[in-house]
Amino acid sequence: MSHFLDKLTYFRRPRTEFSDGHGVTTHENRDWEEAYRKRWQHDKVVRSTHGVNCTGSCSWKIYVKGGLVTWETQQTDYPRTRPDLPNHEPRGCSRGASYSWYLYSAARVKYPLVRKRLIRHWQEARETMEPVAAWASIAGDPEKMREIRKVRGRGGFVRADWETVNEIIAAANIHTAKTHGPDRIAGFSPIPAMSMVSYAAGTRYLSLMGGTCLSFYDWYCDLPPSSPQTWGEQTDVPESADWYNSTFLVIWGSNVPQTRTPDAHFYTEVRYRGTKSAVISPDYSEASKFADLWLSPKQGTDAALAMAMGHVILREFHLDREVSYFREYCRKYSDMPFLVRLNEQGGRLVPDRFLRASDLADQGGEPNNAEWKPLAFDGKTGKLVVPRGSIGFRWGEKGKWNLEERTSAEEDTELTLSLADSRDEVKPVAFPYFGGGENPHFEGNPLNGNPGADVLERNLPVRRIDTPDGPVWVASVFDLLCGNYGLDRGLGGESVATSYDDNVPYTPAWQEQITGVPRQSVIALAREFARNAEETHGKSMVILGAGLNHWYHTDMIYRGIINLLVMCGCVGQSGGGWSHYVGQEKLRPQTGWLPLAFALDWGRPPRQMNSTSYWYAHTDQWRYEKLAVDEVLSPLAERSKFSGSLIDFNVRAERMGWLPSSPQLEENPLELTRKAKEAGKAPADYVAGRLKDGTLRMSCEDPDDPRNHPRNLFVWRSNLLGASGKGHEYFLKHLVGADHGVQGKELGAEGELKPEEVAWHDAAPEGKLDLLVTIDFRMSTSCMYSDIVLPTATWYEKNDLNTSDMHPFIHPLSAAVDPVWQTRTDWNIFKGLARKVSELSPGHLGEEEDLVLTPLMHDSPGELAQALDVKDWKKGEIEAVPGKTMPAMTTVTRDYPNLYHRFTSLGPLMEQLGNGGKGMAWKTEEEVEFLKQLNGTVRDPETGEERARIDSDIDACEVILSLAPETNGHVAVKAWESLSGATGRDHGHLALPREDDKIRYRDVQAQPRKIISSPIWSGLESEKVSYNACYTNVHEQIPWRTLTGRQQLYQDHPWMRAFGEALAVYRPPIDTRTLKGSHGVRENGNKEVVLNFITPHQKWGIHSTYTDNLLMLTLSRGGPIVWISEVDAAKADIEDNDWIELFNANGALTARAVVSQRVKEGMCLMYHAQEKIVNVPGSEITGLRGGIHNSVTRIVTKPTHMIGGYAQLSYGFNYYGTIGSNRDEFIVCRKMKTVDWMEAEGLPGRTTATPAAE
Amino acid sequence: MKVRAQVSMVLNLDKCIGCHTCSVTCKNVWTNREGMEYVWFNNVETKPGVGYPKDWENQDRWKGGWHRKKNGKLEPRIGGRFRVLAKIFANPDLPEIDDYYEPFTFTYEHLQTAPESPTMPTARPVSLISGEIMEKINWGPNWEEILGGEFSKRSQDYNFRDIEKEIYGQFEQTFMFYLPRLCEHCLNPTCVASCPSGSIYKREEDGIVLVDQEKCRGWRMCVSGCPYKKIYYNWQSGKAEKCTFCYPRIEAGQPTVCSETCVGRIRYLGVILYDADRIEEAASTPDEKDLYEAQLDIFLDPHDPEVIREAREQGIPEAWLEAAQNSPVYKMAIEWKVAFPLHPEYRTLPMVWYVPPLSPIQGAAEEGHIGFDGEIPDARNLRIPMQYLANLLTAGDEEPVLSAIRRMFAMRIFMRDKHVHGRLNNHIAGEVDLLPEQIEEMYKVMALAAYEDRYVIPTSHREEAEDTYGLQGGCGFSFGNGCSEGDSSEVRLFGKPNSIRGALKKASMS
Repeated sequence: MSHFLDKLTYFRRPRTEFSDGHGVTTHENRDWEEAYRKRWQHDKVVRSTHGVNCTGSCSWKIYVKGGLVTWETQQTDYPRTRPDLPNHEPRGCSRGASYSWYLYSAARVKYPLVRKRLIRHWQEARETMEPVAAWASIAGDPEKMREIRKVRGRGGFVRADWETVNEIIAAANIHTAKTHGPDRIAGFSPIPAMSMVSYAAGTRYLSLMGGTCLSFYDWYCDLPPSSPQTWGEQTDVPESADWYNSTFLVIWGSNVPQTRTPDAHFYTEVRYRGTKSAVISPDYSEASKFADLWLSPKQGTDAALAMAMGHVILREFHLDREVSYFREYCRKYSDMPFLVRLNEQGGRLVPDRFLRASDLADQGGEPNNAEWKPLAFDGKTGKLVVPRGSIGFRWGEKGKWNLEERTSAEEDTELTLSLADSRDEVKPVAFPYFGGGENPHFEGNPLNGNPGADVLERNLPVRRIDTPDGPVWVASVFDLLCGNYGLDRGLGGESVATSYDDNVPYTPAWQEQITGVPRQSVIALAREFARNAEETHGKSMVILGAGLNHWYHTDMIYRGIINLLVMCGCVGQSGGGWSHYVGQEKLRPQTGWLPLAFALDWGRPPRQMNSTSYWYAHTDQWRYEKLAVDEVLSPLAERSKFSGSLIDFNVRAERMGWLPSSPQLEENPLELTRKAKEAGKAPADYVAGRLKDGTLRMSCEDPDDPRNHPRNLFVWRSNLLGASGKGHEYFLKHLVGADHGVQGKELGAEGELKPEEVAWHDAAPEGKLDLLVTIDFRMSTSCMYSDIVLPTATWYEKNDLNTSDMHPFIHPLSAAVDPVWQTRTDWNIFKGLARKVSELSPGHLGEEEDLVLTPLMHDSPGELAQALDVKDWKKGEIEAVPGKTMPAMTTVTRDYPNLYHRFTSLGPLMEQLGNGGKGMAWKTEEEVEFLKQLNGTVRDPETGEERARIDSDIDACEVILSLAPETNGHVAVKAWESLSGATGRDHGHLALPREDDKIRYRDVQAQPRKIISSPIWSGLESEKVSYNACYTNVHEQIPWRTLTGRQQLYQDHPWMRAFGEALAVYRPPIDTRTLKGSHGVRENGNKEVVLNFITPHQKWGIHSTYTDNLLMLTLSRGGPIVWISEVDAAKADIEDNDWIELFNANGALTARAVVSQRVKEGMCLMYHAQEKIVNVPGSEITGLRGGIHNSVTRIVTKPTHMIGGYAQLSYGFNYYGTIGSNRDEFIVCRKMKTVDWMEAEGLPGRTTATPAAE
Repeated sequence: MKVRAQVSMVLNLDKCIGCHTCSVTCKNVWTNREGMEYVWFNNVETKPGVGYPKDWENQDRWKGGWHRKKNGKLEPRIGGRFRVLAKIFANPDLPEIDDYYEPFTFTYEHLQTAPESPTMPTARPVSLISGEIMEKINWGPNWEEILGGEFSKRSQDYNFRDIEKEIYGQFEQTFMFYLPRLCEHCLNPTCVASCPSGSIYKREEDGIVLVDQEKCRGWRMCVSGCPYKKIYYNWQSGKAEKCTFCYPRIEAGQPTVCSETCVGRIRYLGVILYDADRIEEAASTPDEKDLYEAQLDIFLDPHDPEVIREAREQGIPEAWLEAAQNSPVYKMAIEWKVAFPLHPEYRTLPMVWYVPPLSPIQGAAEEGHIGFDGEIPDARNLRIPMQYLANLLTAGDEEPVLSAIRRMFAMRIFMRDKHVHGRLNNHIAGEVDLLPEQIEEMYKVMALAAYEDRYVIPTSHREEAEDTYGLQGGCGFSFGNGCSEGDSSEVRLFGKPNSIRGALKKASMS
């Protein structure tokens, strides 16, 4: 009934009143209420998630109504935790909740787009030529390429169809492989765990082509190099539920509520369980709100704070009082008892490398790998012993690679931590000191008031060992640590602290001057942290993040903290340990995924490249390098051995096989194998010979030579140019060839020192890529600069898998609706390209022999390369031996006409070679057979063999799930058995209870499933403990994959010592010198203020995705913003919401100011990945559209990250290598005078420039 | 005694992480449509700050809530019924769009359609009110996020009254917390009283306050009358809309969208029984500071046999009584007294309550320890000033807030002793007048917080009021309003498709 009658009687409602009219009962018709009920009703709910760049891994309900995706809310049906733990529901955040906006919004890329200039040339060429020749005619014409490159980023797209774009891309790829080499085709996509099939689609295509897959974790600077250095592990962390087992939580440089939103409740809730919490963060962040104690150190100085805490803990818990739990833990699970040689150098002793069995007579009785077996003293017998579990036991022998307290010769031991009681002498030992204060922006604390003093001498107990080469002095790592921390042990000598109030490195009083944190707070924190660990046997935990990890000297901050955790026996204990959460991911079914992703079923090894070095070279950021190597060298280093600039070190690392290369050789590898054949030599011998005689160079020695340029680049599941591309303007200038905002001058123009190993061209190339293709569902900055944009399915339109380290489940992305408009899933996009390549190859490429160079890989016997010294074959110091003193070289057969078949079927190497990971190997025929039944088979057109089909994205999911130990219990048992062979211990019990579990795609669609314990990871998936990293090292006696087999606090590699990082020390941020030519010289009449430029994780986006989302923009001021302190704002007359410009030698960006009391004076915060696609006016500095957050950054590489072939310091994809740090940067900030939108006449939004005040 | 039942909410501000997921899911489900662009039924504010709409707490300005007259009677601040009628065409106490914010979108298409340009194209903001390009976005629904904006501006916050606030402008003394807000579904709602059309009502069965979209004439007196500014004018339909407490979900026994999607797990839903005959008495308590206790006083103990008997007699379903007995809201608000109403001084008897936030303890580290050390710290040393919280939650009376914070610390100490030191500290329970079992229960509800412990929601009993047999079969086949026979209005309830978006689309595609 209508309310017609009611409407006539507005003020005379039929009703009963009570409480004097404050309560009313009405009897009116309420049928209108159906309206909101209808709004809520929907037709179906589908389980999916958000598949890129986010470690949340949250399961979502996607609502479909009338065939349209309407909204999403979180799933709440995770398998439950134990009764004493909170459950996981409802994982999710505002970013994910806003995602459905993309599907039908105007930001959606709906059709393939091509830039008009390119398509015009293409159509013209195709009139007379077949596709590959047509591409060759364009790419080979410098004038056409210049024209195409110059307009990148400036609009002018037209709609195209799939047939055309596939043809262009396939033709370009074939031409490139044929003319320059397949390694000149590269692809960048990050974080596979978030949508592993979508990632694998592109890398499978690239790997079958012979292209280069670029790393991301190191490039993002999310990789903490301290983790491989200490544990031989990329990153392994507790799941967030394990926070709930902790009783003391330090949140350090991490903003858990903002960046680990779905996990944060474990943190907020465990406080009610009595857990205390300290938050260490320069700004008053969301996390600070939850602290019992908030410390606000000056940004970038955290290592000083950590060192002072270590000073307190060693003093009170190891020296003044020996806590038995701590000492036993350090003895068994750290390198503290191991012995380090001390070398005489200029009249003092300097710590050198570990003493090895090979130093002793008769190789210490160790015929196998004696050079890789470090030594310690046994406390029971007082003898020098070879403890089990070091890396020498890992390769070449079986059964003794474990942490049992026994020697190689089966004798029980109890290793000696300190030589204090058994010393031969007390001698002064020298340590480098970097805290004196070189950086103009960071206050130092000069040693004894003398700014030039850079060596600490401290008296240590030492012993003399007689070796065949004469006597050597040794000290234990424990004693070196105590010396380095400046503890007075009654051994006399200078610069030791008798009190916390002494201003001596590294006391609480000493750090005050650097960090600004009151010493009492540091003492109280250290004490409570350790006391809690003592009482609970290790349940003290540090959650740490990008606030620490994105600095150039991140290793020092991290290792300072890791030291605390090891001293207090926290690592590997439930509720304790190191919890690094920065872009970390966990591709749980990794070993099932690797064959699919890198086409290991068809050819091994794949081409993988560390991105930081790649972009550093190919965007020519090295040509602007301001950091001299001797600025970061130790005062104790032999400087003559370390000449050159940073890129020289990278080149040396590449040719010694430490780091990968791409492109690899200056000639096409497909050609080189032909030439080898003509020369009658094996390709590896042929190439090694030519490298040695200098007739062939590695590409890295001349990155600006056109022969060595990357030519084709795919970007998918990512936004290289709008988010992660540090040194954005250099990318635009040198790689893309577009308009750019680079302000500084190159080394040549400045007359500065040029590299030694790298050829210098006076004119740098501007534009190296022939073709840039971006695949996305939205118009990102990368899309704006691409030649071709391919429209992809959103995460609600495809099937895929998703895992995280934050929780133990695997769950899917699934299609709520089919891809809308002309979008396609990533799997189908690359499958389509594979088909096109097969079609166009004949006549250009057939079955080809490709020579692949790979570095000396971690977790392979290659990690035992040069044990005692660093020798370079190029300098004639050692023989050039592929796989030992230079990269390994392998011939791999490509079959271009058969690429499509290879893409869509599981190749024969799985049966022939088996599968494995992290040094383990197992057979996998049964799983391949299972897949044939599950997915069906296809016939190999060449051999006629039947192979398991991988046609759809779901087929691909099943390949991963079937081959991985984490999702197939049968494989898990095989994997543990493989490890048992190496350790000599039975680990089978960890997987046997789930042997028959096989998780399939539709299982996880029904409900997230908990994965199965596997030796690929160092924690357990159990009903008794939450996942905690290193748990199996401590509880199953499995060695860490390091030189000593223990958590390694002493880094003895020659480069580590030379760069002063054998032990953790405080190092101030580096001086990037980017203010020169910027500060005070580009005036606009407004005041300038110089600030440290900090780019924390977005609150309103997951990296770049979601930053253009209308809901997120509405909640965050609608466009790029920069946070500055009230103090700095006042200095520069900036008011909240004023338009400001930030600039330095690297470039400039425009944004609005958020003036906030949250921020500490002297720094500014710009959430990273705020792109220039939304609400960005022109720059007064560059005269172009204002830049992005990375317009004012440039990467600076660190030589210690280039070390390779040395146990845990060996290369692995995303495991070790240079990192793209960016927090040491400073900018000039000022209010803009003129706001110009730089729109062409006649376009929507055209307005004239207006004064900024309006 | 008139026994009424209401599904009410507690938000634990101490667990709120400020992620705004509640706001986004709510917006997507309910207000992502024309006429409602600026509307957030649920929003999250950073405190201290002036909020959304600006300065909403200042009733001297907006005249929301009730005024207690000299004779002890209540009348809406905007005036009695006749005054309201006199000014329905010119309501002076209405926030303008800029007090909320001018909603915007961007010219996204431009990125794909722009011709070759002198520099990279960018998508510019466009007003969703006027369709014009906006030179600069000057305010938004979350402008003060994490202390955004100068202290001098944010400290206009009403809750700073009676506080020497300058010291909190120093970086070292910074404090903040989040305040998620939605309609309070008050027992004594001013919006109902202010509506000239009589279109706002409080549902008898569950206490949810709704604006009848058929009857609303768009006078907007409710917007003024509501002191929380949680009724919004849909400029497209010309009617008022507000948070519906997701009644379509509540009726089915599901939590509200904001609650279920709350990833901080701060929200609790449960039934409260109250004596509706005493609403006026409670709301007109003379001293503002007594309003909190007065409201507690009209809540009924669901375990009291007398209450149970009366409730049954008055037709409260058995499942609702059981739910009231297991209600997490009852436990937190009444049994443990750790949750409080928001601005009780408005005299609306709000039914969305808040647990106050803890904050870093000042000065503890100087004394050599972190936070608490076996003893309850002096809550006056917390970073957030106690008076500020009291101004927000108890009309300025610090004592109840202090007591709640002491109880939360007692829980932490009790559990730490249990888990770290392996001892039962019954003494600390006694210090805050709780039994150890109560602390264990507090811990279970507030920390472990399982889904079924957070949300105890009985389903509706439509069978008591409607022909449910007929509805069951007819559902889905009728026209007009779906499952019901009812409405046949030709006017779309939420208005016609609007022209601005169409126009925008055209403009930006050209």
